Amino acid sequence: MTADVMETGAAALWDTLEARVAAGERFAGLFATARQEEDTLVLSAHVAREGGIGTLEAMLAPGAGSYPALTPRLGAAFWYEREIHDHFGVVPQGHPRLAPLVLHGSPEDHALPRHVAGYGMFTIPHGPVRSGVTESIEYLVETPGEAIPHLNMRVFYKHRGIERRFEGMTVADGVLLAERTEGIASVAHALAYCHAAEQIAGCVPPRAAGLVRVLHAELERIANHLDVAGKLANAGGLAVAEARFALHKERVLRLVSGLCGSRFGRGVVVPGGVSALPRQRPAEILSALGRLEKAITADADALMDTASFLDRLRGTGRLDPGRARDHGALGPIGKASAFSDDGRFTRPYDAYPSLGLPAGRAHDSGDALARLDVRWDEVAQSFLLLRQAVAELAELADAGGPQAALRAACGPPGGAGGAEGVSGRAVGWAEAPQGEVLYDVTLEDGRITRCRPRSASFHNLVLMHEVFAGDILTDFPFIEASFGLSVAGVSL
Amino acid sequence: MSLWVLRGLREGVVTTRWPKRPDSYAGSWQGPATVHEPHPAQTAGLGGLCPAGAISVSAGEGERRAVRLDQGRCILCGRCVTERPDVFAWSRGATGPSAAALTRGALVVPDVAETDENIEAARAALRKRTAALRRSLHVRHVDAGSDGADEWEVSALTGPIYDLHRTGLFFTASPRHADVLLVTGAGAKGMAGPLLHTYEAMPDPKVVVAAGTDAISGGLLGESEVTAGGVSGIVPVDVWLPGSPPTPFGILNALLMAVGKLASGGKPGGAADANGAASPAGAGTAQGGTPGGLR
Repeated sequence: MTADVMETGAAALWDTLEARVAAGERFAGLFATARQEEDTLVLSAHVAREGGIGTLEAMLAPGAGSYPALTPRLGAAFWYEREIHDHFGVVPQGHPRLAPLVLHGSPEDHALPRHVAGYGMFTIPHGPVRSGVTESIEYLVETPGEAIPHLNMRVFYKHRGIERRFEGMTVADGVLLAERTEGIASVAHALAYCHAAEQIAGCVPPRAAGLVRVLHAELERIANHLDVAGKLANAGGLAVAEARFALHKERVLRLVSGLCGSRFGRGVVVPGGVSALPRQRPAEILSALGRLEKAITADADALMDTASFLDRLRGTGRLDPGRARDHGALGPIGKASAFSDDGRFTRPYDAYPSLGLPAGRAHDSGDALARLDVRWDEVAQSFLLLRQAVAELAELADAGGPQAALRAACGPPGGAGGAEGVSGRAVGWAEAPQGEVLYDVTLEDGRITRCRPRSASFHNLVLMHEVFAGDILTDFPFIEASFGLSVAGVSL
Repeated sequence: MSLWVLRGLREGVVTTRWPKRPDSYAGSWQGPATVHEPHPAQTAGLGGLCPAGAISVSAGEGERRAVRLDQGRCILCGRCVTERPDVFAWSRGATGPSAAALTRGALVVPDVAETDENIEAARAALRKRTAALRRSLHVRHVDAGSDGADEWEVSALTGPIYDLHRTGLFFTASPRHADVLLVTGAGAKGMAGPLLHTYEAMPDPKVVVAAGTDAISGGLLGESEVTAGGVSGIVPVDVWLPGSPPTPFGILNALLMAVGKLASGGKPGGAADANGAASPAGAGTAQGGTPGGLR
């Protein structure tokens, strides 16, 4: 184990963590690992800072059935501690509500919880099979009729046991599972996983590979943001706008499949680099990008000029900037509430450090409109990055062909070039369209012994509890769409 | 609002003509891996090549020692095609009668695990059951533990390019109105109850489509303490559609197959014959081919 800090006992760990957060670092996650030989658990907390992700750890006393909860001191740990409780049964003492989160509990856990008492209050159970084509999640909306004083979420229905499945996999197989952990952010998950594996193996992907990675990561971002815009237009009843964004999104996915054979960029990112160059020539890609950007910008401008639509977003689902900062809200949700920690700027990776990335506009209104504004800014940034990356790929091709240097050797000297035989632990990160994705990977002799993915969706979805002040039932689809998260990334 | 109407009209018709006309994007689609040389001289290591366990080598000598690939387990990672191009190739085309199967066994290629009689019997039984389904049919989608990408591909069908409605199919919120149950995901055990309730709430006759490798076999997740290794242990599956995730064309094709709107054995799209066992020459174009169609 290679944690930065190893404390004895949970309380000491929380003291250190609290001091780090007070000093300006961001709480980025918490998970537990069983230590069978010592009959105990190791708690691992991640903190993000400029330039890297730190890991703070503490081992519980052998046989300990509980530990003092972190949640009362740091609210952002609310879901993390419930998840640990689900998996290991260890009780965080003082946790405000230890209901099942990611694992289907016993039937008595499934009674409709009531948090708000009052005349005429009732609960609308919405899901897990909901109208339309959606991922399975259950929202329990407590309401007197219109207002939503409390929302409860049950995400355990589609738990797939991803973390357990990683164990024992080879490094090369692990990336395939990472791509299928949160399918709409396949590239970002593959990147975060590979960054961890590459750090362990001590290899650096070649320049061309870094550029191809940026190409796919930014196309994925554009597709995701178009998806959100389409869902918002659908919520607002703008059928034509919805169709337009669906058309643009389909064209982006077809461009991606034209580049690599998969509509989700799967199979591109591999430990040490990328599997192949794009199947289209840089000039073709640039002209496709030009057409896409022109069409998307025109429709985005029209959408942001449709008053009846903007009225529904303005002030809706407002996340207070103070709350966003305390929670360390990720991605567009954080940026819309004046809290921005974009890994592409603050902990740049692959080709990002050398590509020009202008800062987006500052937002602090924290509502669904601000979140959409942030997404359009990011789309514009993405096109800028894409053009730079493709232009540089073209230069590399002219200078003698980068085909040979797409994948760095990632193993011990004399090995086959894969990460066989490598041992160690590292945290990798990447900025998904939803926000930062973290992978804490431990390898032993080239096989995964522990892999803990932490998606932005998991970290951010819990914030949906907090954004319904003053909003009513018909605002729900706007708020859900404006979050733009994937349930698959929440209940792994 | 008038502004949006004009924006919509300006681009003209973008909708595919498939299945009436071939579609180049559907036809050139890089589908699951297939076996073009079932009796290679060198079989060492083939069984362990696939991370999802789709490849098997039968015991025996010479001609009896055959390589099989279960497309119901193929996650389309392409490792076998890259490592052993002498044995494996990509299949081509997202549409046509062979892009989805009416029995689980028919997904094992080359065609050894399922008899033609069994497939014909399944086809006849499905045809008989769906004989009453005419004109507009309604589809209820349920996510039983997908990775989220499958839902993108299913919902693409309602977009302007695929436009499900022109084929007489519609998504419905209520299972009471549904004729087809479209299931994605690896069969998460938490979704077993809700999925079964949805199935039971649907009126007869009903058809179930397992969309995606995850829904067929659990894919990379397989069977575990929290996943059932596909949805067929929860609801009876009629149409099996591989893909990780399946493409919108593949899903549309499977839906039409399910309700008997795809001429079986005929050539509904230009891609039907491009989807058979791909030749090594086909594998060559697989690497260089770029789907055309939309700009």
